[in-house]
Amino acid sequence: MTRFDVIVIGGGPAGMAAALAADAKGAKVLVIERDVRLGGILNQCIHAGFGLHYFGEELTGPEYADRFEKRLAKTGVKVMLGAMALSVGREGEVVVLSPEEGLTHLKAGAVVLAMGCRERTAGAIALAGTRPAGIYTAGMAQKMCNIEGYLVGRRIVILGSGDIGLIMARRMTLEGAHVERVIELMPYSAGLKRNIVQCLEDFGIPIDYSHTVTRVVGKPRMEGLYYAPVDENRKPVLSEEKFIPCDCLLLSVGLIPENDILSGTDIVLSRVTSGAEVDENRMTTVPGVFSCGNVLHVHDLVDNVSHESEIAGAAAAEYALHGAPVTDGNVYAVGVGRGVRYALPQRIHGGEGSVEIFFRTDNVYKNCKVVAECGGRTLWSKKRMIVAPGEMEKIVLDKRDIDGEVTVRLEI
Amino acid sequence: MTKDVIVIGGGIVGCAVVDRLAASRVSVCLLEGGDDVAVGATRANSGIVHAGYDCEPGTLKARFNVRGNAMLWSLVDKLGVPALKCGSLVAAPVGGEAGLAELKRRADLNGVRAEILTREQALEIEPNLAQGIASALYAPDAGVVSPYQLAIAFADRAAVNGVEVITEAPVTAMRKEDGVFVVTTPKGEYRAKTVVNCAGAGASAVNAMVGAETFDTEYRKGEYFVLDHTERVNVSTVIFPLPTAAGKGILVAPTADGNVIYGPTSRPADADDTAVDAEGLDEIRRSVPLTYARPAFNKCIRVYCGVRSAVGGDFIVRPSEKVDGLIITAGICSPGLTSAPAIAEYVEELVGQRTELLPKEDYISSPPRTPRLEELSEDELNALVKKDSRWGRIVCRCEKVTEAEIVAAVHSPVPARTVDAVKRRVRAGMGRCQGGFCSTRVMEIISEELGIPMREIRKGAGHSEIAVLAVKEADYDEI
Repeated sequence: MTRFDVIVIGGGPAGMAAALAADAKGAKVLVIERDVRLGGILNQCIHAGFGLHYFGEELTGPEYADRFEKRLAKTGVKVMLGAMALSVGREGEVVVLSPEEGLTHLKAGAVVLAMGCRERTAGAIALAGTRPAGIYTAGMAQKMCNIEGYLVGRRIVILGSGDIGLIMARRMTLEGAHVERVIELMPYSAGLKRNIVQCLEDFGIPIDYSHTVTRVVGKPRMEGLYYAPVDENRKPVLSEEKFIPCDCLLLSVGLIPENDILSGTDIVLSRVTSGAEVDENRMTTVPGVFSCGNVLHVHDLVDNVSHESEIAGAAAAEYALHGAPVTDGNVYAVGVGRGVRYALPQRIHGGEGSVEIFFRTDNVYKNCKVVAECGGRTLWSKKRMIVAPGEMEKIVLDKRDIDGEVTVRLEI
Repeated sequence: MTKDVIVIGGGIVGCAVVDRLAASRVSVCLLEGGDDVAVGATRANSGIVHAGYDCEPGTLKARFNVRGNAMLWSLVDKLGVPALKCGSLVAAPVGGEAGLAELKRRADLNGVRAEILTREQALEIEPNLAQGIASALYAPDAGVVSPYQLAIAFADRAAVNGVEVITEAPVTAMRKEDGVFVVTTPKGEYRAKTVVNCAGAGASAVNAMVGAETFDTEYRKGEYFVLDHTERVNVSTVIFPLPTAAGKGILVAPTADGNVIYGPTSRPADADDTAVDAEGLDEIRRSVPLTYARPAFNKCIRVYCGVRSAVGGDFIVRPSEKVDGLIITAGICSPGLTSAPAIAEYVEELVGQRTELLPKEDYISSPPRTPRLEELSEDELNALVKKDSRWGRIVCRCEKVTEAEIVAAVHSPVPARTVDAVKRRVRAGMGRCQGGFCSTRVMEIISEELGIPMREIRKGAGHSEIAVLAVKEADYDEI
């Protein structure tokens, strides 16, 4: 059985950053990537806006990926392409299927999960109506457009205002398609404010908040859809249903960490993020298995993915080479209070140094205060003009201040 | 083109009929209006192999169901079709005892194994029965099968044995000239002395073309939820409520492919109305908790809707009384899937009364089939990868389908020429991401293997092309 110090599953931005960080610590590293090239979803994200934080300049997705790929090429990290990890077993065993080597059993001192996420589908939201050609996830339309070179529709409606949906509204418009409107179930956008401005407002594409698609019509090709406002229980008000002729509905209704490989393992998944529960090193509840990037929780900026994955990759290498890190023995939970949907990591070890906690709010709040507290003491607080679920927030705590469960909440 | 027998309709019944006839030295063609076989009611039903306890004794339904059940379990083994003999429960609340007793009476008369269980006994078979369930009828010979894969397997074996399977050939006219049927389709005229009408929802219309009996057909639509594989561990058997006049009711069942389904509704509809209605979904949301304790609608990966066609209370399977040489099957609603092998056996007998059916000497009863990845041992898989590296490349990550399986489906005896046809054969795109990741690659494989340009690759029937424009090709004025 071939042995590596660190096996990274996934060669997108998370996997590449984790592999580089593990390599820098002196570990023997393998990256397993399903696609025929590294880069993951960045390859189809040909728009700009990547790297402002990480590189201090604005790059396209492929450019951002290319920088990491070039760095990887200078290291001894081994990369398997067209290969899919089928299972992660006890003691770091990873079973991989690849065109070159068939089914192989590999062994790792530590495993980094970096498989990314998948899009919620029309099926997952039980979309009513016919099931014609013309209903796709925004990411699939993006791949068709930017990788394959084809448009999947001429007159387009987008359901959901996730970032990929907003990006595709602009992209399809630039390619000559007509984007009729974006329909969002919630009273606010799920995407970044900058994408609302640059992808919708700049192109005059309307967005209907608190609306949903009630049914699709047409067979075998989509001919249009009905949509309606929703009431306070998010149920459509059918008396106000309206029809839009269109040949394509793109869905941008959420991303789900792709953790299917973990079924049957002891790794505890968060019910909120659908990713693993981790400590500040991004180690899951199974020692030696780490998780980072969109398979851990869905990010809005790749820069944050890279940063998070470096933490995971470095910690995985340390674990593989030197064993579990020395701590003061205390583990403290990180919980959430009012206004906060989740915070990550979910647990932190006592000790020295600082620890970053990332969180998302559960709604849009104006003029609120972010508070982190421990045992009735406020560890950190800051007034905010506006916070929104589409933008991940970060606070930094000093570990020496922590002696019990930490709670992150808003004062509204 | 002249044949001995023309079979109209490539649903489960038509496919089973051509599969039977393929064993004899007669020339046969199957005319299917859709882009593939199994694209009508066969594609969208519950996939239940019924035991046969609820059919009115003495009916064709009872006869073909019981015989079909026995035939089907050996057929699926022979053809390698996914199926699971998991038994079924009719779960009744307090007060449902009389209903169960009536089913038990019918079971006895039909010769079907069934027993009435107390709640405790039933919980041993299905631990997740709802609180309100007091007793149940258990039928061990029931189960589930992949309905479209069974029909495709029939059609493939028929094609291997010389049956011509012609898709996108809807019958637009039919007449009789000098004792020979002339059947018109967009793909040409076909002639035969014997025609078997297996047109399902269109059976009456096909009959009308040649002046044969017409029927009042009642169409009822049924919606379903498909749940993720993760729900499979919670469902051990097929769980029916007590049947009503509208049908067998909304069930909870494992599927032969390892998912779980909730459904169907039973609401009057037009013959082609396969749209999922929100009210239908709501009815399922209300009904499932009455029999099943662990509804998980949040694990839904797909909703779908099928339309059943019923003619009176029983199946019609007989020679036309008005037009010699026409054999009619009509009103094949539930338990039509289970009954199909037995209906086909009887149709073969009717054809045999007109044409001598001599066995084919070179008949291939077990055509070579491509295994599924999950069926292979490690050594078998590695041997395949060594010969053909496409066995090592997974295209559909959710259902773990390799490139080699997709290529084989594209070149199968009844070839998969559309994305949905590939999906029905090998499950690429049937998982939790619903093709979000793999459908572009599936399109490329169809395009490369069959030499069809990407712009012409279709999802399924008619003009269902996926790539409607090339980038930089859009004409602003046109939009």
